[in-house]
Amino acid sequence: MAPKTSARICGVGHSMKRKEDPRFLQGRGNYIDDHVLPGMLWLDIVRSPVAYGKIKNIDASRALEIPGVLAVLTGKDLEAYNLHWMPTLMSDTQMVLPTDTVMYQAQEVAGVIATDRYAAADGVAAVEVEYEPMKPVIDPFRALEPDAPVLRTDKEGQADNRIWHWEEGDKEATDRIFEDADVVVKGKMHVPRIHVASIETCGCLADFNPVEGHLTVYMTTQAPHAIRTVLALVAGHVGLSEEKIRVVSPDIGGGFGGKVPVYPGYVIAIAASVVLGKPVKWIEDRMENLQADSFARDYHMDAELAANADGKIRALRIKTLADHGYSDAQASPSKFPAGLFSICTGSYNMEQAFAEVDAVYTNKPPGGVAYRCSFRVTEAVHCVERMVDVLAQRVGKDPAALRAQNFIPKDAFPYASPLGWEYDSGDYHAALNKAKEIIAYDELRKEQAEKRTEGELMGIGICSFTEIVGAGPAEQFDILGIKMFDSAEVRVHPTGKAIARFGTKSQGQGHETTYAQIVAEELGLPAAHIQIEEGDTDTAPYGLGTYASRSTPTAGAAAVVAARKIRAKAAKIAAHLLEVGEEDLDWEPGTFSVKGAPQKSVTIQDAAFAAYTNPPPGMEPGLEAVNYYDPPNLTFPFGSYICVVDIDRGTGEVKVRRFVAVDDCGNIINPMIVQGQVHGGLTQGLGPALYEEIPYDEDGNNLAGSFMDYLVPTAVEVPAWETAHTITPSPHHPLGAKGVGESATVGAPPAIANAVVDALAHLGVRHIDIPITPDKVWAILNEKGVAE
Amino acid sequence: MAKHRITVSVNGEECRREVDSRLLLVHLIRDELRLTGTHIGCDTTHCGACTVLLNGVPTKSCTVLAVQAEGAEIGTVEGLAGSDGMHPLQEGFQEMHGLQCGFCTPGMLMTGVALLDDNPDPSEAEIREAISGNLCRCTGYVNIVKAVRYAADKIGEGD
Repeated sequence: MAPKTSARICGVGHSMKRKEDPRFLQGRGNYIDDHVLPGMLWLDIVRSPVAYGKIKNIDASRALEIPGVLAVLTGKDLEAYNLHWMPTLMSDTQMVLPTDTVMYQAQEVAGVIATDRYAAADGVAAVEVEYEPMKPVIDPFRALEPDAPVLRTDKEGQADNRIWHWEEGDKEATDRIFEDADVVVKGKMHVPRIHVASIETCGCLADFNPVEGHLTVYMTTQAPHAIRTVLALVAGHVGLSEEKIRVVSPDIGGGFGGKVPVYPGYVIAIAASVVLGKPVKWIEDRMENLQADSFARDYHMDAELAANADGKIRALRIKTLADHGYSDAQASPSKFPAGLFSICTGSYNMEQAFAEVDAVYTNKPPGGVAYRCSFRVTEAVHCVERMVDVLAQRVGKDPAALRAQNFIPKDAFPYASPLGWEYDSGDYHAALNKAKEIIAYDELRKEQAEKRTEGELMGIGICSFTEIVGAGPAEQFDILGIKMFDSAEVRVHPTGKAIARFGTKSQGQGHETTYAQIVAEELGLPAAHIQIEEGDTDTAPYGLGTYASRSTPTAGAAAVVAARKIRAKAAKIAAHLLEVGEEDLDWEPGTFSVKGAPQKSVTIQDAAFAAYTNPPPGMEPGLEAVNYYDPPNLTFPFGSYICVVDIDRGTGEVKVRRFVAVDDCGNIINPMIVQGQVHGGLTQGLGPALYEEIPYDEDGNNLAGSFMDYLVPTAVEVPAWETAHTITPSPHHPLGAKGVGESATVGAPPAIANAVVDALAHLGVRHIDIPITPDKVWAILNEKGVAE
Repeated sequence: MAKHRITVSVNGEECRREVDSRLLLVHLIRDELRLTGTHIGCDTTHCGACTVLLNGVPTKSCTVLAVQAEGAEIGTVEGLAGSDGMHPLQEGFQEMHGLQCGFCTPGMLMTGVALLDDNPDPSEAEIREAISGNLCRCTGYVNIVKAVRYAADKIGEGD
């Protein structure tokens, strides 16, 4: 679609080069560890080597003898202020520091405060902690057995390890369909524990001013306002009042959901700053990051599809066990303990569905965050997209044809799904057809057939996903009671330049550019003249932050509404300057002109100047507006991905030969940035599909606690992604846009898994759990007698 | 802790410092010289966010002691742009959208600059191999590869 604005204005549809790039490219970014304050101290953390055990004794005396070590904080110290526990975003509780028991390996046990980072690390090594280890519960199925030890003895009335049971859908109606269906296929799958592993780890710099009772916290957070409110709620009783808390989220080196939760390290740093009256910095290292910060996924799913003999899907049934580790520290909306897992019916029109999830406690770090997805959508999509392939194999149909047969037709939108969502818009056939055309699907099938006769293993995998992003609406969505709207405040200066501030926070998504383009589109001011700010709670309007692909659907929409208010006022000013009625004006981006006399015109810049120098009589001076946008619905981006893999029969290695991603995120604000988001998302889908996993041994030892063992894709493994779009605008978003940052992370893993299974289907393989590592594949090849 | 007097040249400027034996080069650069463009992303020499040029060779500065850099010429991201503007590789990253959060970018740039010094006309496979010690979680690498090619072409035109 051609942009409506000129290249100078650079509104929606232009691939504007990013405004944030020059500072990042010249080493002038300002990330958390770049912050330094006079008199700043360092926090380093003593962590538990055992997964479950009693703390018999903590002896800090040797640590305190080390030059530079000033203090060692333990749970007992925090208990004196009632700060040793904190709530999670899911209204569970979590220790900040333990007073008697550790619940997972790498749990925070004590904080060492020192004058520099080396002394703090020396102090950590010198703190002596005596543990009495206990037998941990690591297997989530074991956790639910009647004789399993109850782990959360701190919780009153907690008689077992179940956290909650959630279900959605009409169970009886679904069961009835399964009873009389022609075909029922079953699948058992695990989407394992993974970690976002943003290249910047987490950290903060807490600066408490004891004279004014004012706390400033610079921290790696995707949701600075929510964090401020949580801090006020948690520490209000020790005098931290919300107007005296300022949270600043500086440049963030990748978030992907991992920088939504409040980790104990942040709270210990704040407590240390309050106690010592000095700025305290905490920067976790990579091993702490991988071993203690929130994980993602860990859903064990039993899924079934009921269908007619011809492959027409009738119903879906999923039973899930969710391993949450020691505490339910998810970052999901309050009313959605299983996130948006109920999107699991995906792109398919079916009569009924029933999904249930049981969440359990184990002796693993708490979680889970979304890892670049909108609250459990990845698990849901993986499940349904794998099952559709299992069904295709069973009824002997091509997986593309089976998908096309079952898609929700485009004239059925808005579509009410069996699990209660109203999909806003979609054209699933168009996306799949485009992907098939680009990759030359029919030719690939012929090539595959030829290769099979020669004994070569080649597979083609498809995923036709539907995402659900952009939470609110506020009626359904809140975090700790705070409604999930988002906000924009736009101020136009007298000289026709502007500043706009938002309740969201970019972590690389390019908000400084995209938001400027949105305001430029609406006001006709050049995007280059619009400064974007986020992340400082003292200046930005309140918002819920950036995660779950919600920034464009919520704050982007808020920017449109705020800018339209400004344009409405500017029109009144223009009418005054041109001495005509407002109804006699035409608007072209950036210019008001008199209808029928286009030579009589004023620019938006003229109107801005007049707003401060010559406002119409009776009009309030100035030109600014704010909007808190509560979306009427979520947006439902979708896409079809097709992947071609070749398998090495000698090593079991899976090589992604080609990957075509056709995405539909409605109208596109910056095509270059959207393509970049898709590239990144695909790569964060490739990682979990083939490499990434955080496994534990039976003693609760983390087996992938550093980049030695937690394998993220490098440039060598990643294919040359091929991307394309269809455009089906959202009917309710003011720009017709949908969120896109996470679509590819959701869509890529099943496309890759389906391709690998497809390569081995003729050998009788029906399913392989991700990550599909060479050893898993080689074991199958060996078993089937085709390993070389 | 033993102290050592060292002299290094950083981006062409001579720096004299007295450092602890165990001080890592990356901490000398970041904490003492306050050149914070060089980042730290892991503890095991995998991520490459701390890559600097040590006598022209791309080196992970989290795994070098400051004392080992005695007498060396060190190049960091802050030294890439000149009075005439950004280095062609920096320009390439912006033109090709080769960065998102920017955290891995300085390390990628230093690795890329060294590659182009060594091999002014690298193939896609050679670029991918060269940057395989620098992890990026945002971009998927495709546009980084394009950025390096952009710079190779631009530098080539100037010759």
